[in-house]
Amino acid sequence: MDIVKTKELSFDYIRRDEEGNVDGIVNAVKNINLSIKQGDFVAILGHNGSGKSTFAKHLNSLLIPTEGTVWVDGMDTTDEDKLWDIRQTAGMVFQNPDNQIIGTVVEEDVGFGPENMGVPTEEIWVRVDKALKAVGMYEFRDASPNRLSGGQKQRVAIAGIVAMKPKCIVLDEPTAMLDPNGRKEVIRTLHELNEKENVTVILITHYMDEVVDANRVIVMDEGSVVMDGTPREIFSRVEKLKELRLDVPQVTQLAHELKKKGVPLSEGILTIEELVDAICQL
Amino acid sequence: MSIIADKINYTYDKGSGQETYALKNVSFAIEDGEFIGLIGHTGSGKSTLIQHLNGLVKATTGTIYYNGQDIYDPEYDMRTLRNHVGLVFQYPEHQLFETDIFKDVCFGPLNQGLSKKDAEFRAFEALRQVGLEENLYYQSPFELSGGQKRRVAIAGVLAMKPDVLILDEPTAGLDPRGRDEILDYLAKLHADTGITVILVSHSMEDVAKYVGRIMVMNHGELLYDDEPKKVFTHYKELEAVGLAAPQVTYLMAELRKRGMNVPLDVTTVEEAREELLKVIR
Repeated sequence: MDIVKTKELSFDYIRRDEEGNVDGIVNAVKNINLSIKQGDFVAILGHNGSGKSTFAKHLNSLLIPTEGTVWVDGMDTTDEDKLWDIRQTAGMVFQNPDNQIIGTVVEEDVGFGPENMGVPTEEIWVRVDKALKAVGMYEFRDASPNRLSGGQKQRVAIAGIVAMKPKCIVLDEPTAMLDPNGRKEVIRTLHELNEKENVTVILITHYMDEVVDANRVIVMDEGSVVMDGTPREIFSRVEKLKELRLDVPQVTQLAHELKKKGVPLSEGILTIEELVDAICQL
Repeated sequence: MSIIADKINYTYDKGSGQETYALKNVSFAIEDGEFIGLIGHTGSGKSTLIQHLNGLVKATTGTIYYNGQDIYDPEYDMRTLRNHVGLVFQYPEHQLFETDIFKDVCFGPLNQGLSKKDAEFRAFEALRQVGLEENLYYQSPFELSGGQKRRVAIAGVLAMKPDVLILDEPTAGLDPRGRDEILDYLAKLHADTGITVILVSHSMEDVAKYVGRIMVMNHGELLYDDEPKKVFTHYKELEAVGLAAPQVTYLMAELRKRGMNVPLDVTTVEEAREELLKVIR
């Protein structure tokens, strides 16, 4: 079953000048045809302005396609009667944790979503505890969110989504404002949710090291999908990624450069261990 | 010409029984024209430290000397210090406020008491230094991309002609293109003008590529202060304090363990490539 499916999805912005006259039309997303399987861990890469955030906002009806269709768990995102079901199915986490936390106590904040959905009170507490445990923030349930680190806040924001029991979580650069420890915490949490709860994760990021462990990588440029494959397939194409001004992990870059100098290594080396093994076997 | 920090301590809630050290016995000397990376995880004291360097925060004990003068001397004019030491905060684009880019960059020098003409001249120079295209100068700063906005904010500080430029995570939240642009301009600025640059960063790989010296903060203390190669040989200790060395440093250590004769002080892809080509062939 596909959790997300898009058919010929396009989205245009109308740009207006200061007087409100139409200045031009920007095709933020162009003709995207994609299916994402339930339980996948998908990373979406692309530099700023490549359309990845615009695409993500279509997955829970924050934006409606200009042309084409988006189905989330079989529901057409333009179907207004299904709006709440769609948002409950695909939860979103954004870049800045400070903009997403509203409660004065961690557990209240996490309970906000299910409360809004009309979940009975006892059930809310069960879900809140479970969600906080899933993201490793249970011992902070009585803390004030503003005493937490960025990574901890972001995990609370994720717990807030998890408490709504979504089938799919869409994260728009959730680690961009975090330090290396915070980034690791968040990414580890996402992998755990994915493996233990079978939640589909759609992760938008700039950081290549966060992409290496995904099942699938989608690269966007100028509103279109330009690459789509496993991390190994994507990172085998160092030149293409460079052309798109994206990073590759240092070891992938190094293996590629050694290969160009005639060292017989395979393309798409992703980790330090792989490169060590490959060099030792020469 | 230099900055000397002499045993500075900074404590919160002093005398409350819950004293917390944000900085503990930190001492160093920075010479003119250095390019320094200041690293440490969140809460390590690096932001507190740079706020000391232009007098925004005063040390609880200890002293800072700028060009030989004690900045805590009652006679010392803090305004002079702030004219010499320019600080670019995190997410500086949030501080842009003028109707057009050019006016925004003029704000600092005008505030320093320069004439309109001189301020405008400075603004032109600063915008050119950060590489912003001239056709953008009279646009609203809010129409720019994230990386461009950040360059305008940096130009706003450069226009005040500081001798020392301190940037608190200038690449946070930018995409790889925006990040490379900012770092390349900083490197070029440093090479062209000889300005002292202190770069606060989380990213070891970026820092290794650009700076000549790394200072590592941990729990308010200065853990390491040396050239990048030497600092990264402590990659195990760095990891213990929530930091990491560049991937290639780990790679070389791993290869050495497997018995290959490779140096351990490698920090960039280029160096690693050259060293490996020597041993593989």
